[in-house]
Amino acid sequence: MFKIIEKQSLTPNTDLMIIDAPEIARKAAPGQFVILRKDETCERIPLTIADFDREQGTVTVIFQKVGKSTRELGELKSGDVIRNFVGPLGKPSTIKMYGGRVILVAGGVGIAPVYPIARALKDAGNYVYVIMGARSADLIFWEDKMNAVCDELILCTDDGSRGRKCVVTEPLTELLEAPWITGHVWAIGPAIMMKFCCKTVEPFDAPIDVSLDSIMVDGTGMCGACRVEVDGQMRFACVDGPEFDGSKVNWDVVLARKKVFSQEEQEAMQVWNREHQSEH
Amino acid sequence: MTEVNLTVKERMSIPRHEMPLQNPVVRAHNFSEVALGYDLETAMAEAERCLQCKNTPCIQGCPVQVPINRFIMALRAGDLAKAAQIIKEKNNLPAVSGRVCPQESQCESRCTLGLKGRAVAIGRLERFVADWDLQHSQDQIEKAPATGKRVAVIGSGPAGLTCAADLARQGHSVEVFEALHEPGGVLIYGIPEFRLPKEIVRKEVAYVERLGVKVHLDCVAGKLYTVDELLHEQGFDAVFMGTGAGLPVFMNIPGINAIGVYSANEFLTRINLMKGFRFPEYDTPVHVGKFIAVVGAGNVAMDAARCALRMCGLHQDGKGSQKPEVHVVYRRSREEVPARAEEVEHAEDEGVQFDFLTNPVEILVNVSNVVTGMRCVRMQLGEPDASGRRSPVEIPGSEFVLPVDTVIMALGTRANPLTSEAAPAVERSPRGNILVDASNGRTDEPGVWAGGDVVTGAATVISAMGAGKRAAADIDAWLREKDKDNSRLPLAV
Ligand SMILES: Cc1cc2nc3c(=O)[nH]c(=O)nc-3n(C[C@H](O)[C@H](O)[C@H](O)COP(=O)(O)OP(=O)(O)OC[C@H]3O[C@@H](n4cnc5c(N)ncnc54)[C@H](O)[C@@H]3O)c2cc1C
Ligand SMILES: Cc1cc2nc3c(=O)[nH]c(=O)nc-3n(C[C@H](O)[C@H](O)[C@H](O)COP(=O)(O)OP(=O)(O)OC[C@H]3O[C@@H](n4cnc5c(N)ncnc54)[C@H](O)[C@@H]3O)c2cc1C
Ligand code: SF4
Ligand code: SF4
Ligand code: FES
Repeated sequence: MFKIIEKQSLTPNTDLMIIDAPEIARKAAPGQFVILRKDETCERIPLTIADFDREQGTVTVIFQKVGKSTRELGELKSGDVIRNFVGPLGKPSTIKMYGGRVILVAGGVGIAPVYPIARALKDAGNYVYVIMGARSADLIFWEDKMNAVCDELILCTDDGSRGRKCVVTEPLTELLEAPWITGHVWAIGPAIMMKFCCKTVEPFDAPIDVSLDSIMVDGTGMCGACRVEVDGQMRFACVDGPEFDGSKVNWDVVLARKKVFSQEEQEAMQVWNREHQSEH
Repeated sequence: MTEVNLTVKERMSIPRHEMPLQNPVVRAHNFSEVALGYDLETAMAEAERCLQCKNTPCIQGCPVQVPINRFIMALRAGDLAKAAQIIKEKNNLPAVSGRVCPQESQCESRCTLGLKGRAVAIGRLERFVADWDLQHSQDQIEKAPATGKRVAVIGSGPAGLTCAADLARQGHSVEVFEALHEPGGVLIYGIPEFRLPKEIVRKEVAYVERLGVKVHLDCVAGKLYTVDELLHEQGFDAVFMGTGAGLPVFMNIPGINAIGVYSANEFLTRINLMKGFRFPEYDTPVHVGKFIAVVGAGNVAMDAARCALRMCGLHQDGKGSQKPEVHVVYRRSREEVPARAEEVEHAEDEGVQFDFLTNPVEILVNVSNVVTGMRCVRMQLGEPDASGRRSPVEIPGSEFVLPVDTVIMALGTRANPLTSEAAPAVERSPRGNILVDASNGRTDEPGVWAGGDVVTGAATVISAMGAGKRAAADIDAWLREKDKDNSRLPLAV
């Protein structure tokens, strides 16, 4: 059992939880994730480690309430417990001093995984740009926190309600065109955003890493549900990733495989909605 | 109990007792156990068939040397508690092995009666005694005095559990570290409920815990801790690695990443570990279509096929549309099928169809990348290959399309990939298996042992248990030897 030390609502559909998990906090590194299971009948939900505090012994996760399991998770409060909390899984991001500046693109809930990577890159001495994008102002969170760990923060929204009115690839192109070598780019967010970031970066020859949130079950390399195609090879996102060289990812496979269970997910959501309407 | 004194001839004239089974038509729609087990009367009658051979050839066929003649004798005398105790001298998980051991190629293959008529049903008797024991025993836990030594066991499959139990009995303090949220390894995530009820696995694990073994779940070696840290920071004196062979192998054909293609491990894990057969009460979904192809013909393939059949049955109830079809697609012929004969028979009785001498070459998909069919070729058997089996060769121009909507790949597995991160220094084969001294499970790293599927590649429950036992005996001897050495050293300070 793992205790929820603190629960916050960040945006109308995004929640944050600080979990008491000292052993995982001790080992956690930027780029890694956990898998949690709320209780006996629940799915195993993979979530990126958004923050960790080795002294307090805590791990922070941020999740978007997209389906039945994440909505149920959102109903938990500070002081409640989570049955299973496994990690840190996956390979950490490669943190080092890159020649030139680094650019991190965070889309939507991708702000969460980008934060610890930005912080570590800054600590390693890099000049760090963060481009943060969302559909509208109310979906943006952790602006102050992010500001504190990067050199320059560029905000944009689809509707212009906060920052620039554009998609993230626009400021990304501008940065890449500027006469300063780009050491490395990260793009973390919806698959379609990552795909377009890779397209944007391609002509500039800058290395780009993306974080693939495939559907997962065990997270230890035992089921192959998370398989993706990188450089023509089958790779397992849970043990070989979740970060991969974005220029080599087969996006058709990534985008298609995310929809594997859409029919069942909808069914579960309908049952959940019915039950919850009758409660209220 | 009536006293029976039969002659050899009389014993040999008793026919082997069949195991009662759930009706195939009914069981194809449920996940309850298929084989129902002997009752006391049948078990006693079957026990009468044993000739109590002096040279006990049956024991030579058992990877852990269960004293078969002695436990059958105790059963014959009506002393079930003693029979159980005799089995447990060598076998910590008899309710499991009694159900899933390939007895026909192990103990029963050597039985004197097997040569002439049909072998004593050793596995069924073992299961009967073990089940009785789980219900009745007050197990008196006998343990050696505490040694103060600490052993870490990574993985809670049959290898790890057996090693842990034996070391705990020797008085060592043992902690098991398991990556998943339930202990048992393949017994819990792979082998389905209808062949090995999870209740049995839980009881066997509870027994190991009563011996004083501490089981830590959700602890992934290589991520949360390494073998090095266990030995040098956390104060363990020895480590046993039983991380299994779970990494699924996929065919390298077009369409392998399509929606509707599973590894057998994913399919079985969703159904067994995550209880997908109770969706939406349990949240984890399993999508099963109407025409399912399982590629491969080992035990894993049989389990996947029979689970698929049941999932169709569950979904079809009340809807009554198209009759679902489950096909096992295998590139060799019936003679080469690696699965146990009994499993193949059960699958056929339940309605699984077999396409022998058939090999998939492409998985066909629609615009949304969803499986719509599987292009296959017919094969014929050519010359025997290195393994002595006749290798299949394609028949030119024999291509055809199987109209499947779900494909399950059951082509074998390799060592779990995190094993190398858990113990980078331990020597492994190019395929990732840990290299050990087979007689005692020692790796080339001092203080580190390994056994089970992670060493041998996918094998059997009982061979994994045997490896766990051999390693436990060696670890115990090594720890005691180390103690002696240390006491000879002058005290520091
Ligand atoms: C390595 C990794 C890190 C992730 N980090 C975050 C994070 O930090 N914050 C966050 O909000 N989300 C994250 N996700 C995605 C998150 O796991 C899914 O949104 C969640 O499992 C959806 O569950 P649901 O039942 O609420 O929704 P569902 O109704 O089941 O599905 C909604 C959407 O989530 C996807 N999904 C469903 N099940 C899974 C699964 N087991 N694994 C991955 N995706 C799934 C579906 O394809 C669908 O698009 C991460 C996923 C991975 C693999
Ligand atoms: C579907 C199926 C059906 C089978 N049917 C039969 C049968 O009928 N009869 C038979 O004799 N055999 C059968 N087998 C084979 C048998 O189950 C295996 O040979 C046996 O379970 C191997 O035992 P093990 O302890 O070596 O490994 P496993 O049972 O694989 O256990 C390994 C454990 O280690 C854990 N682990 C892995 N990596 C880590 C890590 N990094 N950190 C912590 N823990 C980790 C895993 O989660 C797992 O729990 C079957 C196998 C399958 C898959
Ligand atoms: S453990 Fe397996 S091989 Fe040994 S006696 Fe029992 S059933 Fe036979
Ligand atoms: S070989 Fe068969 S008959 Fe002989 S002791 Fe063993 S089980 Fe009994
Ligand atoms: S989640 Fe099962 S192999 Fe990656």
